[in-house]
Amino acid sequence: MTDSILKPTRRVLLAGGAAAIASPFVLRKAQAQGAFDWKKFSGQSIDVLLVKNPRSDLMQAAEKEFTELTGIKVSAEQVPEQQQRQKAVIEFASGKPSFDVSGISLHVQKRMAAKGKWFENLEPFIKNPSLTAPDFDFADFGAGPVAYARQADGALDTIPFFVDYWMVYYNKELFDAKGVAYPKTMDEMFTVAQKLHDPAKGVAGFVSRGLKNANVPVWTSLMLGQGMETTSPDGKLQTDTPEAIWAADLYRKLNKETGPVGQVGFNWNECQTTFMQGRAAMWLDGIGFATPLEDPTKSRIVGKVGYGVTPPGPKAHHAGMFADGMGISRGSSKKEAAWLYLQFMTNKKNQIAMLKAGAGAPGRSSAYLDTETIANSKFGKQYFDCLLASAKIARAGLPQIVPVTEFRDVFGVALTNAIGGADVAAELKKATETFAPVLAKSEQG
Amino acid sequence: MRGLATLIVSRALNFQDLCDPSSACRHLLPQGEKGEEESIAENEADSMTTTSLPASMTSKTQAGAPAASADFTPRYWLFSLPAVLVIGAVIVFPWLFTLYMSGQDWKIGGGVEFVGLGNFAELMKDQRFIESMGHTAYFTVLAVVLPIVFGTAAALVFHREFPYRGLLRTIFVMPMMATPVAVALVWTMMFHPQLGVLNYLLSLVGIGPSGWVYEPSTVIPTLVMVEVWHWTPLVMLIVLGGLAGLPREPYESALIDGANDWHMFRHITLPLVWPFIMVAIVIRTIDALKAFDTIFVITQGGPGTASETLNIFLYLQAFQFYKIGYASAVVVIFFVIIIMLSLLLLYARQKSKWNA
Repeated sequence: MTDSILKPTRRVLLAGGAAAIASPFVLRKAQAQGAFDWKKFSGQSIDVLLVKNPRSDLMQAAEKEFTELTGIKVSAEQVPEQQQRQKAVIEFASGKPSFDVSGISLHVQKRMAAKGKWFENLEPFIKNPSLTAPDFDFADFGAGPVAYARQADGALDTIPFFVDYWMVYYNKELFDAKGVAYPKTMDEMFTVAQKLHDPAKGVAGFVSRGLKNANVPVWTSLMLGQGMETTSPDGKLQTDTPEAIWAADLYRKLNKETGPVGQVGFNWNECQTTFMQGRAAMWLDGIGFATPLEDPTKSRIVGKVGYGVTPPGPKAHHAGMFADGMGISRGSSKKEAAWLYLQFMTNKKNQIAMLKAGAGAPGRSSAYLDTETIANSKFGKQYFDCLLASAKIARAGLPQIVPVTEFRDVFGVALTNAIGGADVAAELKKATETFAPVLAKSEQG
Repeated sequence: MRGLATLIVSRALNFQDLCDPSSACRHLLPQGEKGEEESIAENEADSMTTTSLPASMTSKTQAGAPAASADFTPRYWLFSLPAVLVIGAVIVFPWLFTLYMSGQDWKIGGGVEFVGLGNFAELMKDQRFIESMGHTAYFTVLAVVLPIVFGTAAALVFHREFPYRGLLRTIFVMPMMATPVAVALVWTMMFHPQLGVLNYLLSLVGIGPSGWVYEPSTVIPTLVMVEVWHWTPLVMLIVLGGLAGLPREPYESALIDGANDWHMFRHITLPLVWPFIMVAIVIRTIDALKAFDTIFVITQGGPGTASETLNIFLYLQAFQFYKIGYASAVVVIFFVIIIMLSLLLLYARQKSKWNA
């Protein structure tokens, strides 16, 4: 045997050589069966604008593989969220953005993107078999996120790759100590918070964002319990209706009477710290903030965190939804290469990678069915149950208008004032009067 | 756009102010003792000599020296051209453009419409704008007076000889070297009402927790505290430079006349270092007026609008709401305020010069 290796016969050599030459062909054949040519736009290079977050880190890590697959060079830039939004607005307004692909927060810039014609409609790309790999399977994206990404005129200008649902984190230990069960309604949330509120021990019954602007989604999430968003389908403000007042009043009670001292200046990070240190029994916020809660170096309540679906309100049961999408600049000259990038970054494998890394909830439904990921996750089954249940009842958490930031600012101040003791109805009325002309103007121009 | 206008003004003023006292220093230097602290004054004096270098390059014409300053030949204009171009591009043009924009109604993404003084009229009716002016005044007064008082006191202390003076002085100056944003983030953690170290320290001495920046009534004083911690060393350095250059003789004669420490401070030291304190006041006022990073990082103008200064208001209008025209109008008002205040301070400083 050793002889034949050391002194191979001609026949052995030929056979081995043929196999060695054939194997790449076999592999390439196998790929070609998909009849999809990733190399079509090889040699092009695209620029990508991303928001600084763990999801963008994953995308940048996957760039190498993408370039090997397609021959397309990628130059991606991560910019902190607020600055990225400014950059997007200014560059798109100029008509010649410096990037071919950009991520946006749908809950902030969706309507602005539609009015400013920022992005190319992706539907023709998805339907074109020469541009879209058969295993991309767009139908796999959740109906909720896709409906959220779709513009009023029916165009789909971004792929909703990341979704955030609002839910209630709760501290099981504190609940068990007082023998209290997870609230079944929004009103019960307040009574439960009252039972668990214990300022002497430095424990608050409830914590949520109080800082203006950041606090608005808390209020709108509660308002969804009335089956109502802050704007009607035809774009009218519903912010001074009895439903809105009910939600703002619940917000005020929860924060003022059962919240920690100083909550009026809390953004999500202060809430997160307070909750992680075991100083709050419930925390209403996005499920995307779960990551550090199960990290023993940061959290004191590892393994004690309950993940509850936002309880139903008096009239409806919804979870506030927020999402990020990615689209192709209308001004780009390399749209096809950009589409390949988008397609690759939002394929099944990369969406599961996102879930695995704890970088947030992906837009694809199949990711949640990946039992292996779920079994190996540091988050328990309850976390995934909460995610799936929230996905089913998801509804837009912020109005789909152009001046979202101004909306959040004006109503954020009203909510902060309400915590400070001002009359809720009067504050909302004043804010609505201030904001109505801004909204009207934004729809004119 | 905010940054540009204010930055430019302050830069221009700061520069002038840093150079000016050094000329005062030069009067003092030969008489003073050579201490380490003079190095600052000397550095400034150095920068004076370097700025006057070009003069020595034209020394060829020194024979006709008196005529040189009146030499407005084309060659003269040629030499000034680079400076004129740079100033035109980075100061004059943005400023004129801001002025032009302040008369327009333009929101990024929408059309531009001429509204004349409409933006200003709207500002006068804007409750939040008026409030932000109040917050700015409140913040500025505290953030100027306190560092000046503490900085002067610290300078007097560090002017004396005592063991480890150099080391302690270095430690004292350290806050000034820290990056404002990093500093602000650390303070934010310390202010946390439940978990922050400050409330823990208060509890040790039996005082109840404070809301710090999480409470509308205490937010501005708390921010001023950060500002004081951060910038008192700067005032101290400036005043220390002044103290180092003081002559000995007046003190000796005062001692002979039987003056005590307070008399000497009140009637000799204070008047003599006053020009330096005035410089510190000018620098501090401009810095406090344009304070943005600390406030934005710690409170973003909150809770509610309790710490929303002009700068934060401006930032919101321009870069959050994209109302460029409206924001430009704020810049114009802000610019006028800064210019008037600077003129007032410069005038006061001129008045305060004992050797003028």
